[in-house]
Amino acid sequence: MRRYLFFGVHADPPPWLRRLAAALPFVLLLALYLGASQLRLAENPDDKILPSLAQMADAVQRLAFRPDPRSEEYVMLKDTTSSLARLALGVGLSAATGLLLGLNMGLFPGMGAVLLAIVTFVSIVPPLAILPILFISLGVDELAKVALIFLGIFPLITRDIYNTVAALPREQITKALSLGANELQLAYRIVLPQVMPRLIETVRLSLGAAWLFLIAAEAIASTDGLGYRIFLVRRYLAMDVIIPYVLWITLLGYLIDWLLRLALRRLYPWYQA
Amino acid sequence: MNTTEQLSALRQKNLLHIENVYKQYGARVVLDNIDLSVARGELCTVVGPSGCGKSTLLRIVVGQEAPSSGDAFIEGAPAGYPDATRGIVYQKYSLFPHLTVLDNVLLGKVLESSIFGRVRARREHRDEAMQMLERARIAEHWKKYPHELSGGMQQRVAIAQALIKKPRIVLMDEPFGALDPMVREDMQVLLLELWEEYGMTVFFVTHDLEEAVYLGTRVIVLSQYYIDDRGAAAEQRGAKIVADHALPRRAFSTSVKSSPEFIELAAEIRRAGFDPTGARHVTQFNLSHPDSFQTLTAAESRALRAQEGP
Repeated sequence: MRRYLFFGVHADPPPWLRRLAAALPFVLLLALYLGASQLRLAENPDDKILPSLAQMADAVQRLAFRPDPRSEEYVMLKDTTSSLARLALGVGLSAATGLLLGLNMGLFPGMGAVLLAIVTFVSIVPPLAILPILFISLGVDELAKVALIFLGIFPLITRDIYNTVAALPREQITKALSLGANELQLAYRIVLPQVMPRLIETVRLSLGAAWLFLIAAEAIASTDGLGYRIFLVRRYLAMDVIIPYVLWITLLGYLIDWLLRLALRRLYPWYQA
Repeated sequence: MNTTEQLSALRQKNLLHIENVYKQYGARVVLDNIDLSVARGELCTVVGPSGCGKSTLLRIVVGQEAPSSGDAFIEGAPAGYPDATRGIVYQKYSLFPHLTVLDNVLLGKVLESSIFGRVRARREHRDEAMQMLERARIAEHWKKYPHELSGGMQQRVAIAQALIKKPRIVLMDEPFGALDPMVREDMQVLLLELWEEYGMTVFFVTHDLEEAVYLGTRVIVLSQYYIDDRGAAAEQRGAKIVADHALPRRAFSTSVKSSPEFIELAAEIRRAGFDPTGARHVTQFNLSHPDSFQTLTAAESRALRAQEGP
């Protein structure tokens, strides 16, 4: 039988080809950018829209590896730690709240009756639309930014955990009771460990939204943070800062996702998603 | 002849007692006046055509569902919600996917302790759990997770898991229904061995007639195929116990399945419960088991109506 390397439904690309194929779009994109940048800079050396690699490296050097002359801080490091702290706090609170609410709503019909409608309602409110309310009522400090991330993603996590718990076979619950479990044990020793891997999956999916809310909040009212910096230098058309920052955020997001995936595999070997 | 005193004596004496139980979902009647009393030590199998409500009956005994009317009793007390008096083995979902084989078996013991005593409970009962796994011939897989085991192996673990709590009665819902014929026979022999060794009381639901006759010391046939005197008014009728046989305990060897008596009994049960054309009148059921009783209503039996008379 003829083997197809690349084309058609029967294709079975060998590993080297798969890697090459995956790299191709990145290489093309980079080449396209560099070519366009070169053309523009040849026309006008002061052009700011498509900075060269050297200009970007220069900007990164200035922001990441040299302390700011006024505050004596490393600007990119400070931006990164501030943003990650907000993100971690917002996502962590959402995960904990979503887990507890979803678990109890899914397991105890009374809790479900009280909370399901309100959680669904809150999850439909567009978080960015209430950002002004948050800034007005909570001030422009950290609290409002964390609150935006929290309000943006906790309802989704709650609903996902609720669905997971509600979909557990009834037999499992009966079985646990028949082994002498009381209701607390049922919730926290039988059901909770079973939804933990699902929680990690949901958090992974929610991180994209969490970054969106973080950057939006930082863009509007902040004194540091990755999103703040990007929107600050936008005024000077400083693409040499914006592009490295965007790549850095993407890299951070990818790393967090990879860590969560690793944790899922290590901590829950029984879970096959 | 079921006087109130006799019934109450039966209720007190026997481990499981069900009286006048009806179950309906909306307009559909599933169980229609079920009367059943099971003594300690019995291996009672319940067999019937698919959709006759066997599993519904089991869920009522478990406490997972409440009867629409009537009562179930365990040792004379109302059965109530699921608890440690009744062990359960399902066809699937018996094992907890997040626990290893050993931890699945230990769970019943670990749940007896507080959060802080958990580690100690695991240590203390480890040997006991390993012994149970040894008895179920699955001990070498103690480290694995359920998804790494075949169906038959999972059911061995599920039986060990239920037995470690020493429940008064073990309820089994088609536990071997999804297994290959060879594995299934192995499991049947294993169940008989464990039943004898631990003196268990077992309530075993199956759709497999051979299995029911081979395993049971008592076979109960639940079926929607019967005749009564309710007439057209009772078009929506549910299943009843149409036969109830006491069986001699034979050798464990599966070769009895080809003996003439075995085949004759299986054929008799097939006629009584599985064949719509063989339907018998409610007063004609073969309820020969000594613990069997029947509380017919006057509507169901004309003879009873005549007896009560004006």
